[in-house]
Amino acid sequence: MSGVGIVAGFALRESVRRRVFVVVALLTVAFLGLYGLGVWRVSREVTEFGDFQAGVEPDTVAGATLLGLAMFATLFLGAILAVFLTLNAVRGDAERGLLQPIVVRPLGRATFLLGRYVAAAGVCVAYTVFVFLASVVITHLFIDWWPDRLLTPALQMGVAVAVLAALALGGSVLLSSTANGIAIFMLFGAGLTAGLLGQIGEALDSDTLQDVSQVTSWILPFEAHYQDALSEITADSSGFTRYAINLGPFGGAQEFGAFLWPYTVLYLSAIALVSLWAFRRRDL
Amino acid sequence: MSAVPDALSVTDLRKRYGANEALKGVDLRVGEGELVGLLGPNGAGKSTLVKIACGLVGPSSGTAEVAGAKAGSAAANAALGYLAELFRFPDWLSADELLQLHQKLVGSRGGAAERRELLELVALGDVPDRRVGHMSKGMQQRLGIAQAMLGDPKLLLLDEPTSALDPAGRRTVRELLETLRGRGVAVLLNSHLLSEVELVCDRVIMIARGEVVAAGTPAELSHAGGIEITTGRGARLFAQATREDIPRLVRELVQAGEDVYEIRVIRSSLEDTYLELVGGR
Repeated sequence: MSGVGIVAGFALRESVRRRVFVVVALLTVAFLGLYGLGVWRVSREVTEFGDFQAGVEPDTVAGATLLGLAMFATLFLGAILAVFLTLNAVRGDAERGLLQPIVVRPLGRATFLLGRYVAAAGVCVAYTVFVFLASVVITHLFIDWWPDRLLTPALQMGVAVAVLAALALGGSVLLSSTANGIAIFMLFGAGLTAGLLGQIGEALDSDTLQDVSQVTSWILPFEAHYQDALSEITADSSGFTRYAINLGPFGGAQEFGAFLWPYTVLYLSAIALVSLWAFRRRDL
Repeated sequence: MSAVPDALSVTDLRKRYGANEALKGVDLRVGEGELVGLLGPNGAGKSTLVKIACGLVGPSSGTAEVAGAKAGSAAANAALGYLAELFRFPDWLSADELLQLHQKLVGSRGGAAERRELLELVALGDVPDRRVGHMSKGMQQRLGIAQAMLGDPKLLLLDEPTSALDPAGRRTVRELLETLRGRGVAVLLNSHLLSEVELVCDRVIMIARGEVVAAGTPAELSHAGGIEITTGRGARLFAQATREDIPRLVRELVQAGEDVYEIRVIRSSLEDTYLELVGGR
């Protein structure tokens, strides 16, 4: 087994033994149950609206809005998982004396970091994609609507939490556990706020707000992927339906184009290089 | 020139933490199969030296090599076993699982037989399935020594390996160190317990304020402290006398009409030398 595989397996086994996944599974079932209840209630009200208004597809508006809400919650849950699986991986464990016996083995610090990242990102991506797809299915069970795109937004939600996991792991090299957790959640909040500003800018037709949102989303590309994923689920909507979706809290999401993918690869590479450089210089 | 590189070779090693210079040009070597004790007060730079040797801390200047490979490199780390002074193992792992993990990390092919043998050696053979979290500090320390020995390392760096052990546990570790010497494993033993170092080490290196202040065998570092002779009038110390002076002293005392009951050659202990060199409180 490679060094990366050994470290990743060790990290995953720790999560299993500490019942992290049991807690996550139980809370996710609770979340999906509540989401299902909410969608069911809304579906009944949508039915009561009848034809809604001419030219507007009520199922699409209701489905896209509810799935947007689920995507927001999914990203939040994925972010929590990413942060708590990585926030003390380096400095926190070193301060507790857990890291030294492993790092003195001949696997190297780069392998250790990569192993921790593979474990955390693997779990977070799989979890986020699963919850997103489960939310899509639940939405469809009660509202006769499928998102316009399925796989791309699922992948982008996964990539968003993979970026958060990379930031949290990189932060764990430089910051203590508490400081790192706070920093990552503040970045997460900043990204979401930027996305919200962009949506408000779209509704108000404000270029300034949209520019601020764009720049911030490029700096924090998890938000760009989330925004892209949101826009993808209603990519084919048009007319009054599009207008109605844009008026909702998760409508008006910005698109970031094909360059976002190579940019994300470069971004993750830069985090990896800086983290490794800092880790190699760090006295343990 | 020896064909086999030293287990540990340190040359002009310096480490600076901001304004504080923890190591000020330390030179030392630990030969193959040699058991070397590292003594010094708190803050002398002992742990820093050990951490540089195993790659946890980078030197400001100078070189450190383990079995001929640069300290911190994969080759160097493959040749050493390390037990930190302040360490923790994951409390959810059993003793056997911990050794299994480290076998994978070090690339050992010893399998269950190696794990069983090491657990027996550190007197944990009857509790392989006990979780680390359910072990006493002393048991964890012995388990730490076992994990350091995985993969037949050429050099063991033990930083205060007996600090949490009771007398029986210390004896187990002493016996273990003797076994290691027999197997040709070099050991750098960082300990505050001078009597322990005196008992097991081939050589002793004393460090104070980041510098080596003395090095030699325990016998070389302990010096004569005179002759104590007990007569009918009580014990008398001849502080400047040596073993060669005993016949003359006894003759003189007998001629003076005293009855001699006991003669003792006094040697200063390693502790006395240590306190002289590094300064006692």
